Amino acid sequence: MRSAVKMHAEDIGFSKLNQTKIVTTASELGRNVLEHGNGGRVMIEHIKELDRSGLRMIFQDEGPGIDNVEKALVDGYTSKCGLGLGLSGSKRLMDDFELVSQPNNGTTITVTKWT
Amino acid sequence: MTSETVVALSKLISEFKAEILSEWIDHQLKDPARSQSVPEASIRTNSAEFIKLFEVAAAKGNLVDISKPEWEEVQHMLSELSATRAVQGSTPTDTAKFIFSLKQPLFNRLNTAHGQTTSEAAKSVWELSLLLDKLGLHTTEAFQRTRESVIRRQQKEMMEMSTPVIKIWEGVLAVPLIGTLDSARTQIVMEALLQKIVDTGSKIAILDITGVPTVDTQTAQHLMKTVAATRLMGAECIISGIRPQIAQTIVHLGIDINDIVTKATMADAIKEALYRGGWVFERQLDSASISR
Ligand SMILES: Nc1ncnc2c1ncn2[C@@H]1O[C@H](COP(=O)(O)OP(=O)(O)O)[C@@H](O)[C@H]1O
Ligand SMILES: [Mg+2]
Repeated sequence: MRSAVKMHAEDIGFSKLNQTKIVTTASELGRNVLEHGNGGRVMIEHIKELDRSGLRMIFQDEGPGIDNVEKALVDGYTSKCGLGLGLSGSKRLMDDFELVSQPNNGTTITVTKWT
Repeated sequence: MTSETVVALSKLISEFKAEILSEWIDHQLKDPARSQSVPEASIRTNSAEFIKLFEVAAAKGNLVDISKPEWEEVQHMLSELSATRAVQGSTPTDTAKFIFSLKQPLFNRLNTAHGQTTSEAAKSVWELSLLLDKLGLHTTEAFQRTRESVIRRQQKEMMEMSTPVIKIWEGVLAVPLIGTLDSARTQIVMEALLQKIVDTGSKIAILDITGVPTVDTQTAQHLMKTVAATRLMGAECIISGIRPQIAQTIVHLGIDINDIVTKATMADAIKEALYRGGWVFERQLDSASISR
């Protein structure tokens, strides 16, 4: 998954720094899907708008969901024994970050980075 | 159920064993796709042994369920054969053909022999075909299992090989990390490093992450654990090879590495380590043969 993301980021023409940010985000959110969401899907999109283009990644799972989204986004909050910086860190690494989750109804996180 | 087939089969084998065997071996040896990794001699002995065990098992009257005890020896023999061939570098297809190529020599004779009516013979062919298919699949599964265990072993060996701990100076160790730093790798690195610290009495370990493609929170956590364990052994870690984009990403993630000594390059880390060990170097320009 990481190498696929890296390939797309390279193709779209992101700088080395932004490539690293994107791949690291993919690594964080992808691991959350596996670790907290019991597995799921990842979609990678190249989006082109009139005045800008970018890369969008959607992480989707049908796991237990997050009951307190605000709390989950606090630096250092972890329900297991991670560093608790995956969600909040990803939000800082990307330009757009959208989290939709309901307890017992899965989690969908959509992140975008513009060139 | 299959008693007619059982009778027909056992008569057939007892009467024509030699012919069936030689025709079968011929088939295998003449197969244009035969991989040369299996020597002719083992094809001959394997075939003879299989026919012998097959005859005994089939005579017990169950041609349907090969998981029953009467087929245990046949299964065992096939598993061993598949394992040997997997290691020899044969293909799964080739290994399954060992069984499938027995069909023709057997069926040829079932059709003609023993005064079975055409429909009886057809039924026997069908039942035997199913049986041989099951045995063939069994070889494929056994083959796969061996392959997987070979791959697992190689992975482990590669992991150990790709994490050398090098003594670069009195009291100074270096670990060039290459690839993804997952939990298993971290465990192996940590064990090797701690052991080497004990063996050499080193005081400083340089962990170089130039070859680690991404540093996310999990990688960072693994590095911090290694640093903490090293401290417990009375030594210090220096982390080197942090590329600028990785440094920035770590900061954005919010990872606190303030109490870890980091250096941009391995060379800087070595300099720092030697300095801490009290080493002082002086360059004598008139004898220097390389310029910078
Ligand atoms: N896909 C998900 N499904 C359910 N819970 C999640 C998911 N992603 C994150 N969480 C929750 O949010 C917390 C914070 O996530 P994160 O910031 O990545 O930290 P960490 O993974 O280190 O615990 C997790 O401990 C978990 O409780
Ligand atoms: Mg996480």
